[in-house]
Amino acid sequence: MEDLVTLPDFGLGWLDASGPHADVVLSTRVRLARNLQGRAFGSRAREGEREQILAQVREAASRAESLRGGVALELGALSRLSRKILLERRLVSRELAGEDGGGRPPAGAALFVGQQESVSVMVNEEDHLRLQSMLSGLRLQEAYRLVDRLDEELGQTLPFAYHPEFGYLTICPTNVGTGLRASVLIHLPGLVLTKEIGKVLQGLNQVGLTFRGLYGEGSDVIGNFFQISNQTTLGKSEEDLVDHLYKIVRQVIQYEMQARSVLMRDAPTVIEDKIWRAYGLLRYARSLSFEEVMNLLSGLRLGASMKLLPGLSVYTLNKIMIYMQAAHLEQAAGRPLTEAECDVYRAAYVRRILATEGHVDADAPPEAGQR
Amino acid sequence: MLCDHCGEHEAVIHLTQIVNNQMSTFHLCEKCAAEKGLEPGVSVGNFPLTDFLAQMGKGLAAERGGAATACPYCGLRLEDFRQTGRMGCPQCYVTFESELRSLLRRLHGGTQHVGKVYLPPDPTEADRQQRLAGLRRKLDKAVQSEDFERAAQLRDQIRALEAAL
Repeated sequence: MEDLVTLPDFGLGWLDASGPHADVVLSTRVRLARNLQGRAFGSRAREGEREQILAQVREAASRAESLRGGVALELGALSRLSRKILLERRLVSRELAGEDGGGRPPAGAALFVGQQESVSVMVNEEDHLRLQSMLSGLRLQEAYRLVDRLDEELGQTLPFAYHPEFGYLTICPTNVGTGLRASVLIHLPGLVLTKEIGKVLQGLNQVGLTFRGLYGEGSDVIGNFFQISNQTTLGKSEEDLVDHLYKIVRQVIQYEMQARSVLMRDAPTVIEDKIWRAYGLLRYARSLSFEEVMNLLSGLRLGASMKLLPGLSVYTLNKIMIYMQAAHLEQAAGRPLTEAECDVYRAAYVRRILATEGHVDADAPPEAGQR
Repeated sequence: MLCDHCGEHEAVIHLTQIVNNQMSTFHLCEKCAAEKGLEPGVSVGNFPLTDFLAQMGKGLAAERGGAATACPYCGLRLEDFRQTGRMGCPQCYVTFESELRSLLRRLHGGTQHVGKVYLPPDPTEADRQQRLAGLRRKLDKAVQSEDFERAAQLRDQIRALEAAL
């Protein structure tokens, strides 16, 4: 069981940058919160109740076509390192990984992952079940279809808590109704550099959307990555929520592209210099912190997206983003690392990847039509 | 008018928010508005909702003359909800139905779920009919918006349900 977590690409199907707008939208995620009728939520659960919930879900999961041939992981049976790796791959939340509870995952915490790895279920997180699908690029409708199918399959055997007026019942009333949270992880360096981002984010609030940092609620914005999602879950159909987000994200991408054109028109040398400096540091530095790599990768992603760094693929950048995180580096090193050691290993990893698959000819002219 | 948040001071900032084409208005006193980082002209959307929720539970409990009512299944009282912003079990939604309505209206702009109609594992005839109506609504929408893959998925679900009727 332990080994599956450390398989090189376990749960990372969305990393391949195959989806539409993958240079700007790293991933699309749609999550459905579901709870079981007659079972208490979270801390009010009775002795053994969380384990019973897990048993019920396990039974239902074994019949669900979407999860066939997949993997079931009980978080309590995994090492802390493996749990952190799942967290860094965004397959589990901090709470399920136990990082909110001093390193101990909640009782009955489990993760079911489908064979295609685009759908998964967290069990005994805040809600009894959190179904999610994650895809590369901007593919909201498809992600919803996948998670809806899984919901149908599980709902055939599991008695979900449902109220004719309030819809699907959740531990927190902010999620009640559809229980749906659709989000995209989007890279907006152009809007940040042109200082237009504030207006865009304020605009999101006015159309019922919200934004967060890279790691969800309460996390900082880092590397110019923003998670945009729907704020309300009740009073609109699932399709309407998803379509609304899709339309707004399309618009945000358009603003981002306009900002980039302005930058390239007014300050092409500054932008090119920024991108190449980022490349130089990542290619040759001997010690790099997580935040530093994230910020430098933002420059590279901008460069790759604008075809200013010929030969550098978005997939390579995605991969670096995941594998340069602390638990992944410790896993590769085969031993615990101090923070300082971690920074050295991180720099070595980034250097190696850029040398093998990220080689860029610094003196080649930019690809046709881009300047 | 008293502040929606603390219920103690006079509300001086009135924020109107339109979500899902439903208008809702928040009334806050100067102190609470400042705590939330709100100034006139700034959207209300971004402060922690649970915080706001918990405070609203306080107002509700007071209206009822104390938080004596407890959920018969899990024992949760409004007082507990105020502290955590979390419900105790699905039954809580029935126990505190009327209090929740005003809360959900503020949070979501309404209280009526219009999404997917759940079909329980042992459905009654009525469950099936409601579900079927819900699916047909969704199918019409999918066809209208030319989302044919979704429409195909919905047609399969409708067919399976009709066969069971």
